[in-house]
Amino acid sequence: MEGNPPIMRRSALAAVAAIGSACLLVAGCSKADDNKNDDNNTKAAGANAATKDVVNASTKKGGTVTYELSDVPDSFDPGNTYYAYMYNLSRLYARPLMTFQPGAGEKGNTLVPDLAASKGVPSDGGKTWTYKLRSGLKYQDGSPITSKDVKYAVERSNFARDVLSLGPNYFQQFMAGGDKYKGPYKDKSAKGLSSIETPDDTTIVFKLKTAFQEFDYLVAAPQTAPVPQAKDTGVDYVKNIVSSGSYKFQSYSEGKQAVLVRNENWDAKTDPLRKQYPDKIVVNLKVNAETIDKDVLAGDAIDLGGTGVQAATQAQLLASADKKAGTDNTYGGRLVYMAINTKVKPFDKVECRKAVQYAIDKVSVQTAEGGPIRGDVASTVLPPDIPGYEKSDVYASAGNKGDAAKAKEQLKACGKSSISTNISARSDRPQEIDAATAIINSLKKVGINASLKQYPSGKYFTDYAGVPKFTEKQNIGLIMMQWGADWPSGYGFLQQILNGSAIGESGNTNLSQYDNKDVNALLEKAIGTEDMTARNSLYTEIDKKTMDDAVLVPLTYFKVLLARPQNATNLVSTAAFSGQYDYLNIGTTKK
Amino acid sequence: MQVNQAADSGGRRPVTTGQRGRVTVTAPIETTGAAPEAQPEAVLAGVDKGQIEGRSLGQIAWTRFKRDKVAVAGGVIVVLLILVAVLARPIQAMFGLDPNAFHQELIDPNTSLPKGGLGGMSADHPLGVDPKFGRDIATRILEGSWVSLVVAFGATILSNVIGAIMGVVAGYYGGRVDSIISRLMDTFLAFPLLLFAIAISATLQGGAFGLEGLPLHLSVLIFVIGFFNWPYLGRIVRGQTLALREREFVDASRGMGAKGPYILFRELLPNLVGPIIVYSTLLIPTNILFEASLSFLGVGIQPPQASWGGMLREAVTFYEVDPQYMIVPGLAIFVTVLAFNLLGDGLRDALDPRSR
Repeated sequence: MEGNPPIMRRSALAAVAAIGSACLLVAGCSKADDNKNDDNNTKAAGANAATKDVVNASTKKGGTVTYELSDVPDSFDPGNTYYAYMYNLSRLYARPLMTFQPGAGEKGNTLVPDLAASKGVPSDGGKTWTYKLRSGLKYQDGSPITSKDVKYAVERSNFARDVLSLGPNYFQQFMAGGDKYKGPYKDKSAKGLSSIETPDDTTIVFKLKTAFQEFDYLVAAPQTAPVPQAKDTGVDYVKNIVSSGSYKFQSYSEGKQAVLVRNENWDAKTDPLRKQYPDKIVVNLKVNAETIDKDVLAGDAIDLGGTGVQAATQAQLLASADKKAGTDNTYGGRLVYMAINTKVKPFDKVECRKAVQYAIDKVSVQTAEGGPIRGDVASTVLPPDIPGYEKSDVYASAGNKGDAAKAKEQLKACGKSSISTNISARSDRPQEIDAATAIINSLKKVGINASLKQYPSGKYFTDYAGVPKFTEKQNIGLIMMQWGADWPSGYGFLQQILNGSAIGESGNTNLSQYDNKDVNALLEKAIGTEDMTARNSLYTEIDKKTMDDAVLVPLTYFKVLLARPQNATNLVSTAAFSGQYDYLNIGTTKK
Repeated sequence: MQVNQAADSGGRRPVTTGQRGRVTVTAPIETTGAAPEAQPEAVLAGVDKGQIEGRSLGQIAWTRFKRDKVAVAGGVIVVLLILVAVLARPIQAMFGLDPNAFHQELIDPNTSLPKGGLGGMSADHPLGVDPKFGRDIATRILEGSWVSLVVAFGATILSNVIGAIMGVVAGYYGGRVDSIISRLMDTFLAFPLLLFAIAISATLQGGAFGLEGLPLHLSVLIFVIGFFNWPYLGRIVRGQTLALREREFVDASRGMGAKGPYILFRELLPNLVGPIIVYSTLLIPTNILFEASLSFLGVGIQPPQASWGGMLREAVTFYEVDPQYMIVPGLAIFVTVLAFNLLGDGLRDALDPRSR
């Protein structure tokens, strides 16, 4: 319930995945120094300790580590998932070409080679990327892992949307000839997608349509984890996943439980990251959210979703300094915002949009969402943990409480004395509804009457808020939204929500229907720019332009409050996975 | 509801109360005059006029009802509730209360809970304020009362109008008409009502009947709850009609040339008023609960409009740390439903003593 936005990427996603690639994933980094309110803890670890360094560091082997999830993931299949926590967990049994180094906060954003021996080598101005695999790689059955398996994994996950549709399809969008290839289930030719070449068993070459300087982030998705074609059974592969990582499936019961045990054919010499501490890893699904909180506090379980504790638990934890010392409060790499639909009158006029910007009391919204623990007041599109973020506040007001006088001025300039519109929110996300309630209250004070429309999150993008015609017909001028980056860069964050060419008839995530030529061009320019600093300043420019056009109201920079299970070792909250603990090397002190 | 005396007396068995010195007899058959005319005067010759004054069925029921102290208490509470609901908006205006006014300065931003004990109770906010927003709970309960009652009464009226008409038509005409209507009732009864209501309410949220906002939500609820509940009353009315249509007064009426609609609405329905009233009184609390359930599930009244079910929904998150917020709307629903049920039971006993 409260504070349990199903996470990440997928938040947006189910829908989006179907259509394009969406964004999602990995979010940004949390900055350890953003949490300075922890002076009063004297406990060993202390509040926010895992956002600064590894907590309970230990090399002890053995025991069982338990993960619990209140829902079910989209899939355990590394080629068919879009949830950040699955991106995180799947690395135990599926090694992508690149991955994020386990590290606290921002340190976790560092990309390191996993299956690949080194980072990708760009050529042709960033249009061709070459990776060399490590030597001695084996599957759980002892057979060798080759670059052809990596190619196959990319093909099945991105191009066979009729079979595996739940993950993003960036490769389909960016690979040369990606729009013509139908995927390995339909196109049985041995050659497969011709723009991915495998000159030998340890080399893989990706040829893109246009220069893409952040390609290393793209291959950090579990979609590049090798899948042996002979063992692939399409959507049923999830029942018999062939492990390339340090753990393999002992049992898998759909919607209930997965049990992982050590993979004897995994060789530590081929893997500088994984340590294989526990004997067994158990993932329990569909566990009541309150039960998860209790188990976590008892020290026995890890909340797989990583969305943080329930509101009531939060109140209990924060009431005692002792308990507070066992928590980590960190950025979730996401922005909570409200899109202003530029195609719905009168919000086609920038003055009317500015009136909304000034009218909203962001502190009230923040309090409704659960206070500063759940997010800092936002004023930019990019969250502070995404490169390109630069502090600014175009619509500043005293104490962030909104400026009714300025709002009314803008309203007048827009030629209106009052506006009647609708605001949409996802019915199964209480936090979003609470935020909308606070917004309605703020807007009413300046004469903007918004009434709430709730839609289920599963169809929010496919049938409701993501369908431009629907929003126009229903007069939905304001749309509640939450967005996390698929990878920690400005492009990964902005592309899907501001790009005019990304507006689709359904599954649209550019909810403002913002189509500004300058912004579109800047995005394209940025991703082709090799120099990272230059690239980041382009992201900043896009952010500023968007705010000047007032097409969305940033509300809060989302934060999560995690309770740290005391029996778990090597806990480190990483920015790469929305502030979740890095699941690669968690062990246990229990037998 | 005033009952047509003639039809009434025709439709009911003579009732005799056991009180000493009083004999009450109602006419064995219908006539056009008032009750006293029907008294068999010969039998009463020599008895003091005052002692034998006839009483209408309404009076009899009222006497019986008054004796049931529990039912009277329920009735008093119901009347008070209706008064409060009707006056909710004027009261708010008079005291400058706004159910949607935020008082977030009373909220601890870290825990979302009201500052101070007991859910933030204070002189300004006698029942405390709600978590996260700091809205006054007393005012929201007041605001929620009319929402609950409007939906419950609206839905009850809707289902009773449909149910009574369908039932009386089915019962009176019989044959094919009866078969069709009865199967229709079976069909409606077979719907998984709650699931259906959830699905429909969610769908109609977007817009229906050309309405928007609160009026839309209210009408959707009234429609969903009322429209699917009619077969219950329909069956009762049909059963009663089956018995009534064989009675002499109906034959007489028909014999004098009355046609179907006249008989249905002038002869049969007035005799069904008793069961309809009783059933309505018992249906209202059910509907209040239904409305609260739908709002609790998020498909009823939409925030920020206050409703009891909606408040409970919000309270669920916090019941462990702020039980106050759950207790208040919970009590409101409990008391209302109990009062209507007691009143309904009392009315049934009073109007239809055979069912005791």
